[in-house]
Amino acid sequence: METLSLKERLTSSEQLYKETGRYQGIEHLALKETEPFRYEKVYSELRGALVSARETALHISASPIVRNIGELCFAFYTPEGDSVAVSTGIITHVHTMSEAIKFMIRQDYEQDPGIREGDIFCNNDPDLGNVHTTDVHTMIPIFWDGEMIGWAGGVAHQVDIGASTPGHDPVATANRFEDGFYVTAEKIGEHDQVHKDFKIRAQRSVRTPLYWDLDEKCRIAGIYMVRDAIFRLIQEEGLEYIKTFMREAVEEGRQIFMARIRERLVPGIYRTASFMDAPYEGKAWHPEQNHDFMMHAPMEITIGPEGSFKLDMDGASASGPFPFNSSEGSMQGALWVQITQTLIYDGKVNDGSYLAAQHHFPPGSWCNPQNPSLAYGFAWGYLIPAFTGMFRLLSRGYFARGYREEIVSGYGFTGDPTQGGGTLANGSYFPVSNFELCAVGLGARGTMDGLDAAYAMWNPEADMGDAEVWETIESGFLYLSRRFKPDTAGYGRFRGGSGWESLRLVHGVEELQLYSFREGRVFHGGAGLFGGYPAATGYRLFVRNTNFYDLVQSQMPYPLGDPDPARQELQQGLQGDVYFSRDALILPQSFHNGDVWLSLFSGGPGYGDPVERPPATVLEDVREGIYLPETAEKVFGVATRLDDHADAQIDEDATQRARHAIIATRQARSVPFDTFWQMERERIERHDMAEPVRRMYQESMTLSPRWAEEFKQFWSLPANFVL
Amino acid sequence: MHYDDKTLAELISGNLPWSETKDIMSGEKDNDRFHMIVDILQKSVTFSERILLPLGPHLYIVQKGTERVVKCDCGQEFGDYRMNWKMKSRVFVRDSEPSLQELYHPSQGVDTSWMELREFYCPGCYALLETEAVPLGYPVVFDFQPDLETFYEQWLHEPLPSS
Repeated sequence: METLSLKERLTSSEQLYKETGRYQGIEHLALKETEPFRYEKVYSELRGALVSARETALHISASPIVRNIGELCFAFYTPEGDSVAVSTGIITHVHTMSEAIKFMIRQDYEQDPGIREGDIFCNNDPDLGNVHTTDVHTMIPIFWDGEMIGWAGGVAHQVDIGASTPGHDPVATANRFEDGFYVTAEKIGEHDQVHKDFKIRAQRSVRTPLYWDLDEKCRIAGIYMVRDAIFRLIQEEGLEYIKTFMREAVEEGRQIFMARIRERLVPGIYRTASFMDAPYEGKAWHPEQNHDFMMHAPMEITIGPEGSFKLDMDGASASGPFPFNSSEGSMQGALWVQITQTLIYDGKVNDGSYLAAQHHFPPGSWCNPQNPSLAYGFAWGYLIPAFTGMFRLLSRGYFARGYREEIVSGYGFTGDPTQGGGTLANGSYFPVSNFELCAVGLGARGTMDGLDAAYAMWNPEADMGDAEVWETIESGFLYLSRRFKPDTAGYGRFRGGSGWESLRLVHGVEELQLYSFREGRVFHGGAGLFGGYPAATGYRLFVRNTNFYDLVQSQMPYPLGDPDPARQELQQGLQGDVYFSRDALILPQSFHNGDVWLSLFSGGPGYGDPVERPPATVLEDVREGIYLPETAEKVFGVATRLDDHADAQIDEDATQRARHAIIATRQARSVPFDTFWQMERERIERHDMAEPVRRMYQESMTLSPRWAEEFKQFWSLPANFVL
Repeated sequence: MHYDDKTLAELISGNLPWSETKDIMSGEKDNDRFHMIVDILQKSVTFSERILLPLGPHLYIVQKGTERVVKCDCGQEFGDYRMNWKMKSRVFVRDSEPSLQELYHPSQGVDTSWMELREFYCPGCYALLETEAVPLGYPVVFDFQPDLETFYEQWLHEPLPSS
């Protein structure tokens, strides 16, 4: 019988890793080496049980976010809190739950409030292991014959978490006390029963108690299925085998990660930077938030001789009075989910790869604020753009090594989550907590175009969900259309996956408030790869006080979207008060029956020089509505004309002229690097930059003297230069 | 695992059918890939210097005498690979609405007071080699500094050519 406390075991595990570089100091994978088939069978059974738990439990939920989109996952952990195996789904949280478990162990929960058989714990506090409060963890310790042998955890994304505004990604918040219902690593049940007082408190803390209740039951059902699977495995294989197995599986995960790096990358230093806009000036509800903010996410990955991996975000801009602060735990979770999609998408996907990936998220920055009083409600707003850089960096390694099929140029920003809530004419409340954004364009790959409308960085099983299903929950906010948005796929030899748009009608409501957020003033996440361009930014467009019902009454056509902004189909087709802004951020506003709202979902960045894209492929893009004909000609140098049957065809001569003209224009107006450097430096010396840009630089330089020094060195600025 | 020249040439040109590409993605990696691809690329370029490492669709680190330089497939050289090749490129900055609107609809580009779009061209053939979407004044990014010695000697287990 193990006599060490969990805290002692965690300390010992960390010490052994520090001393040996191997999980629990394991020198040989004895089980795998002696009986490989048995070892793999056990892993497969465990993995299968986790996937089965997810696929079964999601049917308990009533929320389309969980039930249809699949925003949940389950994992099994060692007693020390290291994940051994995971289900499919929103697996960012496999590691965030690990952090939450380790928090409880370090806080000596074993003594108070106790970690006993039948206990149920819950957490959604980003500061100690989560992304935002809307993602709720439920975790149970698993005991066998009185011995604690591991943890099962499950997470599901809520429709509403009781924030100061309705929805799952609040944008008007400036501090923790607006983030909604916090459950900070709390024991919420014993003897396999959730405490009645917690149930009452939770259901009275959110706007959608029914969804909370069923999501909680969904999580608990899933983790009990995982627990049952562990019991079966122990009965089949024996306790000692399973205890040894789980440690070896984590160590094997670490070894696979190191080997994979040496197999597929090239040692060296990879660098990039990503950005995001948060234009609050003139919109903010709080005086301290009434600024335009710009996020800076520099990223450096160093691949060492032995296959080591170190990610460093030194120079990141500051945390602040906005909901995009991302805790260190959320960054660790995001790093882990990116690893599982790039390097370790097969084999043993567990915390072994996390252990092998060193990282530095600078304290005080937006990506490690170390301040629980800040708002974390929409951490994804900065985190998602930041991690596009990791795709680009690894892709440079894949390219150099020849594994071009692994290249991905980045991804679209899973933004524009239309949110809010309202009351129907019959007085019943309905949430607007849309998750169709879970299907944006994937960046172009090294051998083909990116996936159209089919990717989300946090959930490898991206799905926009059926419009009809969303209407069952968002019952006063109906769909008029969904379709590809032309010119949203990042340009390149291989194009990014296309973005899309949906058009919604406010109908049958007593009152409704809506809000949303995505990039508008900057390309989120930086550029494309190898000459590919970034995908188009978003904008905000809605029309109030329309004549929609008159059009329907008189059986006249109504507009279905905004495919070509120059033609203003929506503005021209509906009489009403048009709101149009390049700022895609909008704080909650009231809407009424007949108002029409446009959602825009991002495309992915491109790969390679667009003038190298075969004309026949560009023609296909035009025919499919991915690009407008004028865009094909201006950007790709491919001229198309309609034939007698109104089908687009290539105009060969005009195409040749257009491509020559693009190259000639590049030659005529580009300048030698030194000239560019001098011109840019003069503007820096004059401080000729917008306030949010200057603020961003000031924050980065204050938090990182090293980054400030590099900045000044690059531009040959004096040591005392300040912005 | 091993793929022939034809398959790999089609793969990197984007002409391999999806079903075969998918099999390559899902299968175990071919350990000879680096050398196979470098051989294919070496045959496709007009210069004679040995390719040490591909950096991008047009750029390579090559062994030129005792030096290792970055070279475009058109023959243009960018100097020592330990320096950022962008410093030998030609640059165009889209930092005005008209220049951005050549590519993006007015509402779907960027606010030029927040961000500029830099384009780095080869001075020899004017291929677009790289883009950067950054705010004014952002130091030009040195995308990748490979550790060639470690790569050849410790990972490929072969000497790094020195001449």
